[in-house]
Amino acid sequence: MAKSTSGLSRKRMGEMYRTMLRIRRFEETADDMYMAGKVVGGVHVSIGQEACSAGVCAALREDDAVLTTHRGHGHSIAKGTRLPEMLAELMGKVTGLCRSKGGSMHIADVSKGHYGAHSIVGANMPMAAGIGLAYQLEGKDRVAVVFFGDGASNNGAFHEAMNLCAIWKLPVVFFCENNQYAVSVPAEYSTSVDDISVRSKGYDAPGLTVDGMDVAAVYEASREAVAHARRGLGPSLVEAKTYRFFGHSRGDPHYGMYRTKEEWEGWKGRDPLIVCEKMLKMTAKQKKAHADAVETEIREAIEFAENSPEPEESVALEDIFA
Amino acid sequence: MRTISYSAAINEALHEEMERDEKVFLMGEDVALSAISPATAGLGDRFGHERVRNTPISELGFTGAAVGAAMAGYRPVLDMRRIDFMMLAIDPIANQAAKLRYMLGGQVSVPLVIRAPEGGYSQNGPTHSQCLEAWFIQVPGLRVIVPSDPADVKGLLKSAIREDNPVLFVEYRALYSLEGPVPEGDHTEPIGKAAVKREGADITLIGIGSQARGCLEAAELLAGEGVDAEVVDPRTINPLDVEGLAASVRKTGRCVVAEEGHKSGGVGAEIAASVQEAAFNSLKAPISRVAALDVPVPVHTKLEAIVLPSTEKIVAAAKKALS
Ligand SMILES: Cc1ncc(C[n+]2csc(CCOP(=O)(O)OP(=O)(O)O)c2C)c(N)n1
Ligand SMILES: [Mg+2]
Repeated sequence: MAKSTSGLSRKRMGEMYRTMLRIRRFEETADDMYMAGKVVGGVHVSIGQEACSAGVCAALREDDAVLTTHRGHGHSIAKGTRLPEMLAELMGKVTGLCRSKGGSMHIADVSKGHYGAHSIVGANMPMAAGIGLAYQLEGKDRVAVVFFGDGASNNGAFHEAMNLCAIWKLPVVFFCENNQYAVSVPAEYSTSVDDISVRSKGYDAPGLTVDGMDVAAVYEASREAVAHARRGLGPSLVEAKTYRFFGHSRGDPHYGMYRTKEEWEGWKGRDPLIVCEKMLKMTAKQKKAHADAVETEIREAIEFAENSPEPEESVALEDIFA
Repeated sequence: MRTISYSAAINEALHEEMERDEKVFLMGEDVALSAISPATAGLGDRFGHERVRNTPISELGFTGAAVGAAMAGYRPVLDMRRIDFMMLAIDPIANQAAKLRYMLGGQVSVPLVIRAPEGGYSQNGPTHSQCLEAWFIQVPGLRVIVPSDPADVKGLLKSAIREDNPVLFVEYRALYSLEGPVPEGDHTEPIGKAAVKREGADITLIGIGSQARGCLEAAELLAGEGVDAEVVDPRTINPLDVEGLAASVRKTGRCVVAEEGHKSGGVGAEIAASVQEAAFNSLKAPISRVAALDVPVPVHTKLEAIVLPSTEKIVAAAKKALS
């Protein structure tokens, strides 16, 4: 498993730390709002997996694309999705990114190159291939990254999309967050290989497994995969070993049902925020500066969402056809 | 009779059929862990993980595998979690399971049950709320069952598992916690027979799945206004018991059909057409349909309520048919 080297600038590391903290605080807020009965529909948080979102998106340009999953708040935030409109979507407000019709599982901010969270497992990967195809046809050196889980790597959509990208040399990075479980089913049981990245071999594409709790390692692997795609060399498969600290979705306990407390605590000890703080040897003062800035942003998002109106009834009948 | 929930009745039918026939086995995502769904709780512990088998998120793969196992003499029961996810497995269902016996000139049978929980009223949005049974009545060779209460879900699931043909067994998520009397032991219900759920003389309310409940509630409200509504549940929509439905309409002369799926090309359209063919001369008013509007089901509670059918919408349609 690839670890980070120490070649990254403090500035870059600091930016990724900030992104991770923004994700963490956004999702904690979303969870609080859910508990307070203010969220419409379900929420799947990625707390514990923030290094994946932050590390990958730091390697992207603004005009690159991402596609994500039901667990997509982190990727959305890291790609530049607006927090107030995102929270408003979760809270069923008409100012939400999807006008309250898509909810948490369908967050999208196309103006930021975010082509959507997709709640049907695997569905995003062939679409990523298509976005890569569009970029290739246009002769642009843009790249599409598709995020997916260990569970999704067992779906035919993954294999078909990988093959398409490989034969057509499409500029797509497949980024698998192996958080070890698909709902209750362990990857160890459901997946034919220990390292999902080896599946790239079947498609003659580069594959690499990295420590998904180490944002620098994720960044370095992503930078390489993105450069490979940008040069027209086709897809790569990066697998990050990671863990969700929360249950699959609300109502699923952190541990006890299908994960042991010991396992959970082991991963908790490698919280990507703490790993990063240590790498940066951050002082309490530096941490507070980050925390204060993020709190202000979160407060503004809450204010915006709380004060936004509910949708008019007519919204239900709009946006069917272009 | 003791009272149990719709999901407990599913669970009981699965326990009894797996007990009765060792060729029956269950596959699906997260079926082995009891805590995930009340419908499958306890089965993994009772029958072991050979027969209660977790699958990867490979709907196409495991559905195709179930078709193969069924041809080879087993009786697989699939748990799709949601009918929306079953869309990834349409080929083995519609192109293979439903046609194999016919295409191979009767050499094989495919005794497969696909349990497909479905439906909205839960703010799960466009891809997690659909009711898709209408798609499948277009597939000859496939039985489609739509039970609306605990006794029927038990009796029909047991019949489905014993049936030698592929069955799409639709379950309504909105009904999972519905309680009702359910016979203990070997209670089966016939596939292809409608049931009168409430007798009445003034109007026939035909309800599919979750909307059979809606029709019963509507009948209560109508009774308060002096209207005596009959509620009929087709229970299976392939085969459809046209005679059973038409008999009621001949008696009342008026009919509303309610379903949770979309209106255009829906089950209600098929039923309305079939009933008017069979009972045209008895009709005193056009048959009207209550269904989801022809837009995706949005997440927002208020918008979802606009799109989906409701008791109030059934009452309104009934009043119109009576006026
Ligand atoms: C095609 C399909 N099948 C099943 C589901 C139900 N489902 C939602 S998330 C999930 C698990 C996904 O696991 P993984 O890909 O590892 O992502 P994670 O939840 O761990 O982030 C399942 C089975 C679905 N949404 N789509
Ligand atoms: Mg996973």
